[in-house]
Amino acid sequence: MLVSLFITCFNDALFPQTGQAVVTVLERLGCEVAFPEAQSCCGQMHNNSGYQQEAVSLVRRFVEVFEDAEAIVAPATSCVAMIRGQYPRLARAAGDAKLERRVAALAPRVFEFTEFLTDRLGIEDVGAYYPHRVTYHSSCNSLRALALGDRPLRLLRAVRGLELVELAWAEECCGFGGTFAVKNAETSTAMLADKLRHVLDTGAEVCTAGDNSCLMHIGGGLSRQRTGVRAVHLAEILACTEQTAPAS
Amino acid sequence: MSDREAVLAAVRAALGAAPAPSPAQSAYRRKGEMDAAAAQARFLERLADYDVHVEVLDDVQAIAPTVARRMAERETVTLAIPADLPRAWIPENARVLADDALPYPALDTRPSVLTGCALAIAETGTVVLDAGAAQGRRALTLLPDHHLCVVFARQVVETVPEALQNLKAAVDAGRPLTFFSGPSATADIEFDRVVGVHGPRALDILLVRD
Amino acid sequence: MTAETFPQRAHRSLRDSQLRRNLAKATSTIRTKTAKVSAELPDWEALRDAGQAIKRETLAELDRHLVALEESVTRAGGVVHWAADAAEARRIIVGLAKAHGAEQVIKIKSMTTDEVELNPALEAAGIRPFETDLADMIVQMAHEKPSHLLVPAIHKNRSEIGALFRDQMDRPDLSDQPGDLTRAARAYLRDKFIETPVAISGANFAVAETGSVVVVESEGNGRMCLTLPKVLISIMGIEKVLPEWEHLEVFLQLLPRASTGERMNPYTSIWTGTQAGERRAGDGPGEFHLVLLDNGRSKILADEAARATLHCIRCSRCLNVCPVYQRAGGHAYDSMYQGPIGAILTPQLKGLDAAGSLPFASSLCGACQEVCPVRIPIPDILVHLRGRVVREGHAGLGEGLAMKAAGTLFDHPALMALALSMGRAAQAPLARDGRIERLPPPLDGWSLGRDFPALPKESFRAWWKRRKASR
Repeated sequence: MLVSLFITCFNDALFPQTGQAVVTVLERLGCEVAFPEAQSCCGQMHNNSGYQQEAVSLVRRFVEVFEDAEAIVAPATSCVAMIRGQYPRLARAAGDAKLERRVAALAPRVFEFTEFLTDRLGIEDVGAYYPHRVTYHSSCNSLRALALGDRPLRLLRAVRGLELVELAWAEECCGFGGTFAVKNAETSTAMLADKLRHVLDTGAEVCTAGDNSCLMHIGGGLSRQRTGVRAVHLAEILACTEQTAPAS
Repeated sequence: MSDREAVLAAVRAALGAAPAPSPAQSAYRRKGEMDAAAAQARFLERLADYDVHVEVLDDVQAIAPTVARRMAERETVTLAIPADLPRAWIPENARVLADDALPYPALDTRPSVLTGCALAIAETGTVVLDAGAAQGRRALTLLPDHHLCVVFARQVVETVPEALQNLKAAVDAGRPLTFFSGPSATADIEFDRVVGVHGPRALDILLVRD
Repeated sequence: MTAETFPQRAHRSLRDSQLRRNLAKATSTIRTKTAKVSAELPDWEALRDAGQAIKRETLAELDRHLVALEESVTRAGGVVHWAADAAEARRIIVGLAKAHGAEQVIKIKSMTTDEVELNPALEAAGIRPFETDLADMIVQMAHEKPSHLLVPAIHKNRSEIGALFRDQMDRPDLSDQPGDLTRAARAYLRDKFIETPVAISGANFAVAETGSVVVVESEGNGRMCLTLPKVLISIMGIEKVLPEWEHLEVFLQLLPRASTGERMNPYTSIWTGTQAGERRAGDGPGEFHLVLLDNGRSKILADEAARATLHCIRCSRCLNVCPVYQRAGGHAYDSMYQGPIGAILTPQLKGLDAAGSLPFASSLCGACQEVCPVRIPIPDILVHLRGRVVREGHAGLGEGLAMKAAGTLFDHPALMALALSMGRAAQAPLARDGRIERLPPPLDGWSLGRDFPALPKESFRAWWKRRKASR
């Protein structure tokens, strides 16, 4: 199957290793990966900050770039939630009926990474090896907007050597929220402080999630506190094998 | 323009000419599925979650002695009643205060009050008064500190919708309704539940299996 | 009008560790209870659907239902008043109280009266208002503002309340035990209930078909106010009308379970005009006034993307699950409507210029929408209102320019690549071991407790190109 990768702007600039991991996993599973280079940002930051007009031009770009793709995969829960939940609304608000139709036709072919593996490919064991104690943070978008349920956990449980530890208060937001983290920095860090405490309570070496925005937030806190606990995107865990895993 | 016209004009302008949405089909339960015995059992189970004193009686004759015993236990000497309360429910030696537009201070706190009810709801452990027979006016069941309420098993419905369907006639007649589920309570201080605030602080339900 | 923003107010409350503890304890208790009793009903989701549908259909023909309510209440012996704004509502209610020569009034369920700032108007007219709900009374005695829709004194703990009562009620004997404090409140209010001739209430629902008004409560102060005084004045927002009696079947199930986490609240009073009162005193007021308040609601109705704000039944469940509310506290919202619903309702009532920081006081985590008994899409409405804040010119100029610039970059990948390489050069003095401890303004808020990852040497895009070329 030809998979078109939507890397997302955030991962492109800050977390290229996540995209590389997605490519590794998909190719290992027999998919051919394409990366349409005209792609850009999904428009989430603009939309959620109140700049919806700017977001609409990014909606148009996304549709033009990916319209003919068989399957589009993104390793970012919030960007997929943006496409599914907000694109139809933005197209309608822009009064562009044609864009609305194109969005409706495209949206069902956009998959979040773990969703693509479990639902579309029907695979839970991707042949990964990761000999570490790991806790999983469910991003708000994976939990609510995308309702991914235990798909990410099923993938993690199938990883050889991985010890999965449950995170307390798993449904609670880490406090990122895009520009919220800056505009309401104190409330955001108060939320983060509790999340970090729960992560540290698990004794995990690694906190993982399906979204690097939460992970940048949690990881930023773990780093500031010099905890030694790392924030690692789930795709990077699934990409590791006996051949690539660093000795623990 | 009056405020009435101004408000209505603003509402109409806000709504514009858009057609009203067609009514959605409701899928919630408008009827229960339990038989009478199960509904009564559920009612008792729910009452157990409230701070209610429950007596299950086999027949009407058991009401008067139970009332007498409960008054003795609560150390009340006067029994306030609605004027149309069945005589058979009243203990022989009770000092009775029949409510005939009594001034509020006469009802305040001291007496026990004995009434019937309109119906009860199993699913929520609720009793409803509708100002009908043997229930009296609202002040009568509000000011005294101890309310004894007789509920006949046949008056127990399973669900809230059934209760509201049965109460419609009373409402159409302009009668007020009071729903109570346990005695008055508050959780306003640290969300710690305290039973007994302004309404009756003690509630007895006398469920009569007739 | 205060010029303070949500972050400025939250700055104070976040430092109050007592407040944080009080909030955490109370909200987690309510959260557990509401989750249990709502899951218990097999048709809970169907009830939510019905609640949402009834509200949507009612609002779509609100004018018709209000006129029907006016007719039915009048037929039942009540008097209906219309108030386009807060000033008119105050004028009507103060006028009625004065006409009855009231020196004091007793009050129950007073969120709407807070909204129209009734108490100061009564006091200015020489009428002393007594809040009778325990929490409202605490807030009134302390000269504070409510901080939670349902538990207005949630910010105060027992020892603070004990000290307040000992002082204000002149009861040096009182302990800090909630039981003792509750008994003190009962004793303090008892005579007022029995002797005060005028009561003022809010309303949870009013049924247009029958003219009935509904108040749900716990303590019995509602029953007192609604039953004993000769005159009852109830004020309700125009969105509270329900067309049919049958609709109560849904809302009397949704509200208690979502609100206090009870299967049914201890007391619900439903009265229909004054018919009962005419027959016998002590069965309700002899004179009943219903004030229908707009005060900005018709404007919300006109904004279709925000209209569902008016579905709210004030259960407060969204507050109890909100991670922002739990930490910033109710006072950070500077309104009688706090939490997620406050963040959408308050700016629409007060104006985006006065309360424009509220729609941004959310991480958009969606916990509120997930539990809302009438399925208000609060995150979508927050985003919509953020757009209005920007479009109506209440956002900073700098932010607007930055967003425009970002938009241009995102739309031109070549420019983006250039910006990234400039970023890599610019971050050199800031980055160490792959992390940046201090970001420059306006992003410096991030650096409060969080490192930022340094830009890696190579973007994904560059890696992909290199890989393709080498194949």
